[in-house]
Amino acid sequence: MAVVVDYLKPRAITNTVLRRGEYLWSEIRKNKVSYLFLAPYFLIFFTFTVIPVVMSLGLSFTSFNILEAPRWVGWQNYIRLLLADDIFLRAVQNTFLFAAITGPIGYFMALLFAWFINELPPKIRAVMVLIFYAPSISGNVFMIWTVLFSGDAHGYINSVLVRLGIITEPILWLQDPAYMLSVIMIVVLWMSLGTGFLAFVAGLQSIDKTLYEAGLVDGVKNRWQELWFITLPSMKPMLMFGAVMAITASFAVSDVTIALAGMPSTDYAAHTVVNHLIDFGSIRFEMGYASAIATLLFLAMIGANKLVQNLLRKVGR
Amino acid sequence: MKFNFLKRRRANRSVGGDVCNIILLAFFGAFMALPMVFAIGNAFKPLDEFFIFPPRFFVINPTLDNFTDLFILMAQSWVPFSRYIFNTVFITSIGTAGHVIIASMAAFVLEKHNFPGRNVLFSIVILALMFSAAVTAIPNFLTMSALGWIDTHLALIIPAFAAPIGLFLMKQFMVTIPDSLLESARIDGASEIKIFWVIAMPTVKPGWLTLIIFSFQGLWGATGGTFIFSEELKTLPFALSQILAGGIARAGVGAAVMLIMMIVPITMFIATQSNIIQTMSTSGIKE
Repeated sequence: MAVVVDYLKPRAITNTVLRRGEYLWSEIRKNKVSYLFLAPYFLIFFTFTVIPVVMSLGLSFTSFNILEAPRWVGWQNYIRLLLADDIFLRAVQNTFLFAAITGPIGYFMALLFAWFINELPPKIRAVMVLIFYAPSISGNVFMIWTVLFSGDAHGYINSVLVRLGIITEPILWLQDPAYMLSVIMIVVLWMSLGTGFLAFVAGLQSIDKTLYEAGLVDGVKNRWQELWFITLPSMKPMLMFGAVMAITASFAVSDVTIALAGMPSTDYAAHTVVNHLIDFGSIRFEMGYASAIATLLFLAMIGANKLVQNLLRKVGR
Repeated sequence: MKFNFLKRRRANRSVGGDVCNIILLAFFGAFMALPMVFAIGNAFKPLDEFFIFPPRFFVINPTLDNFTDLFILMAQSWVPFSRYIFNTVFITSIGTAGHVIIASMAAFVLEKHNFPGRNVLFSIVILALMFSAAVTAIPNFLTMSALGWIDTHLALIIPAFAAPIGLFLMKQFMVTIPDSLLESARIDGASEIKIFWVIAMPTVKPGWLTLIIFSFQGLWGATGGTFIFSEELKTLPFALSQILAGGIARAGVGAAVMLIMMIVPITMFIATQSNIIQTMSTSGIKE
């Protein structure tokens, strides 16, 4: 409706008679209904998400220990982070490694398994979705892995390997820097069929079935062509959603590393940026410094998101 | 009979491909299910089986002792245990219902209406997803106390209404609604709220059924740690974590707790998921 009315209104009149502010006000009044629909969500969203984020961005330029008022220090937090904090640089390295490996692999696993499961008959489908989603369903089922990878001979994996004669003495999976990161990556990948995966499953369900019949007429020959030319382009919005979720999840790995390798991990071998943030924010109460870490992580994620969105535009071409 | 679908071929599907698919899914499915099976087995292990050498994956002498122990501990709790259960059920159901409706309304107009500011608002929501929650906790606490919501359930419920993920997910689903469908309803004189509720929402049913799962899961696990102090307002996960604080002697009870906390989201999941698959396999969206 709005579009039609806008079209009928002569441009010359709007520019001369109405000044800019008044024009905007008339636009807002015209779209009153739209804003009413938005109001409940965005009122709460601004109060509990946007304002705290903006406050944190501001705090990143201060020294703030929660008890005393924040003190302005300019770029000092950032300079200290990038030039003087070796552990932070270690954490950045680990986080990028995590993101570069678990992000894309997790994303493609979610997509492929959602698609594979979609090929099954409906009754089996629901069960398979449950099995693959199960690791994400209960917050801390991944704690089971600490028992499986336990470093003594009681650990299940050590026990099996010793019995098979592959190793002669138990490996300290979660304490030895050589294994720590790989073990955590396996667990993270095991948990990666979460939000994105379910969105893909639902997205595959809402594709117009007649498109496949049309594709058949147009000469689509096998299931892979069908996937690339019909399925993926039709669920592009879900692909975008899954990508953002994969980025936020893979850059923010922290719960799993703390639960498995401890905090801090041996030699900081599994220390991530969010671990570092928690260290300064919730243990040392240096909120200004912690906010600076959050801001840098935020910028890294925005960059990764831009990159991925550009890649996704190529789907189906 | 089970492999009937192998004979009834769909277009563009080879038998070899289908067989590969099933083998692959069975293999990875077993890997995914392993820790879950382990967790279920643990809940029925007698205490001594947790510490035997060499360790055993499956339970040898299944027992319900862990559950009876848990119920004894629950009965000793200072506040009646049903109170914790009520609190969590209350927070989870109100929070999820509110989130689905409020986020869908906003997503509907962001996708289907044209007005100044729509792109900016959506970009802000996406950006918000990328900011670490760890540093916003303190500003959030200040806001809560200014509003007087500390030590009330509002502190958990209201922010959950506007979680960024719901708006993002619903907006991505709203893209698939054909504009012509909405336009013809407008010509028939339907109000926007009616169009939203009667046309848009049924069309994106897989979307909000999925959102229910996400929201339910998040709230079901909420301990409310920093906001709730009164014992009678605390949640089930909090009460259970208190029981677990007993240490290694509570290993068996801990396994029982883990299983109980898992059962409800899984039941919820099965209900919504089979609903998604059933409704959509019969009717897909058509122009």
